[in-house]
Amino acid sequence: MPSEPLVAEHVLEFPGGYARTTGPVIGRFLTELRGGRIVGVRTAEGKVLVPPLEYDPASGEAVTDEFVEVGPAGTVTAWAWVAEPRDSHPLDRPFAWAMIKLDGADTALVHAVDAGNAKALQIGSRVWPVWRSERTGHISDISYFAPEVTKIVSNVRADYRLQVGGGLLTFLEGVERGVFLGGRCPTCDKVYVPYRVFCPQCGGPIGDQLEIPDTGTITTYAINNLPDPRAPEVPFVSAYILLDGADIPMIALVGGVPAHEVRQGMRVKAEWVPEDKRTKSMANVRWFAPTGEPDVEL
Amino acid sequence: MREVAVVAFAQTRHTDHDGGLSEPELILPVINEVKELTGLKRFGFTCSGSCDYLAGAPFSFVSALDALGAWPPISESHVEMDAAWALYEAWVRLQHGDIDSALVYGFGKSSLGDLRKIMTLQLDPYYLAPLGLDQLSFAALQASAAGADRKELDEIVRRSRADGRNNPYALDLPEDVTDEYAVEPIRTADVAPITDGAAAIVLATGDLARELCAKPAYIRGIAHRIEPHYLGMRDLARSASAADAARAAGVGKGPVEVVELHTQFAHEEPILRRALELPDGTVINPSGGPLAANPVMATGLIRIGEAARRIHDGTAARTVGHAAGGPCLQHNLVTVLEA
Repeated sequence: MPSEPLVAEHVLEFPGGYARTTGPVIGRFLTELRGGRIVGVRTAEGKVLVPPLEYDPASGEAVTDEFVEVGPAGTVTAWAWVAEPRDSHPLDRPFAWAMIKLDGADTALVHAVDAGNAKALQIGSRVWPVWRSERTGHISDISYFAPEVTKIVSNVRADYRLQVGGGLLTFLEGVERGVFLGGRCPTCDKVYVPYRVFCPQCGGPIGDQLEIPDTGTITTYAINNLPDPRAPEVPFVSAYILLDGADIPMIALVGGVPAHEVRQGMRVKAEWVPEDKRTKSMANVRWFAPTGEPDVEL
Repeated sequence: MREVAVVAFAQTRHTDHDGGLSEPELILPVINEVKELTGLKRFGFTCSGSCDYLAGAPFSFVSALDALGAWPPISESHVEMDAAWALYEAWVRLQHGDIDSALVYGFGKSSLGDLRKIMTLQLDPYYLAPLGLDQLSFAALQASAAGADRKELDEIVRRSRADGRNNPYALDLPEDVTDEYAVEPIRTADVAPITDGAAAIVLATGDLARELCAKPAYIRGIAHRIEPHYLGMRDLARSASAADAARAAGVGKGPVEVVELHTQFAHEEPILRRALELPDGTVINPSGGPLAANPVMATGLIRIGEAARRIHDGTAARTVGHAAGGPCLQHNLVTVLEA
């Protein structure tokens, strides 16, 4: 029998961390960060290095003592998408690393970008710093960069109180009893459901109510993928249903069948909620479900 | 310049896990192998390359000396770098003229810790390390800047793994190249595997080289160049330091039959191929390269060893070994070997 491997955990750490002096150039950069500004240093050749170094990497010459405020915005020159952030990373949600050429700088700064998703970022994207509220003089005084603001969300909401009367009240009273009420135009000879008091075609009055069967045929339908409080789940199907004996279809939910199996010509029947739960509302009809009869040629 | 040749090369059968051997136990077989190949028991100079952060123990390289038989005292040095730079130091030491042989070795067990995080410790402590920028993340920034063709990278991974499966020292990695991202645009398959291993090389000069080896691989050019550390100060799409090192080593002075490149990520191959101005006919990483076995701190030395092996076995007359260090190919060493 092979024995279990003998394993020990081992940690390398300097408790409290090393204290490092910054020198005048890096120190100035970090001090400016604490003040909410990003600065670069000008080289003898006139280039602006961000973050600043004490020596020009191109020539090895000491840089000048001129510090230049840059940014705060910059342009992404390369990026990498981290789908699974690690403990050491600046963000705990998916984010990008980016090389950011800040406005006025000749070199790129490496930092994180909170872009939401990888498709939101490309080479050339403009990003802005998001500052930490408590700054200490550290590269992470910039929490991260974020894409430019290009859109906002506008919420619209208004409340109303609707009074039901007329033909609709008559119809809903029928629904409370478990029947669909329609009416025939004596001039045009068309049967309308829901019941209405005048004919939309000729404008003439519609008199008596007719009880219409709760069975019918789907004439057309839509598969909805956005949630709706009136639908039990997503996706749901709303359909035009031509009730038997009616001339105008009615809009209703279709259920009891997978959305992709719904088709034109399908025979359906209303599924009513139990009698003791009925009110003057279309919520009495849970939905229309297939009857299993053969499809109808439309 | 004294004529210096690679006269022996040995490497472990690299593993993708910690086999439990101590570092001296890991390197002892390859040290013994190059001693047997050359018949030498002692060397004018000994130099090794390793990284204490891999084991997480200060001066861990000192204990590796136990594998050498360092008594009576030997002349020894160490670089906290890939052992390819130990070979460079040994080559410089041999130029002094007072010794005629050198032993070079490198070793690394990258399975012990979290290499992505350990590689953060090499970054500057003011601007990069505090961000927690890890190895795959900075490599992905270079891949983004270089914008390599995906099909070409997949082909590089497949070719490297196929060659690796034919190399008894490399890992057996699957033919299937999966397409999940490590850090986009880098895919998991683009990343060199976590590997434990070691390698050793013997260098000898002039007449001794011809005595020890039927077909010595002469170092006709060797040079290393470094560029600024901070990623934003460089054009990451190119490797200016690799190009400079290649020119200084004289890569372009003749045909290059075989090149072994220290590519820890697939996208580094096109960058290096351009930097070294390699002709189309050059065979790249026939050993499988680091994408098939990456014993960190020995990987670069193995590139020189593999390039020398093609000359030892007579299959090539002029080869190039390349080694790299630092983030995003910051530091590059190029060695031209000839029969």
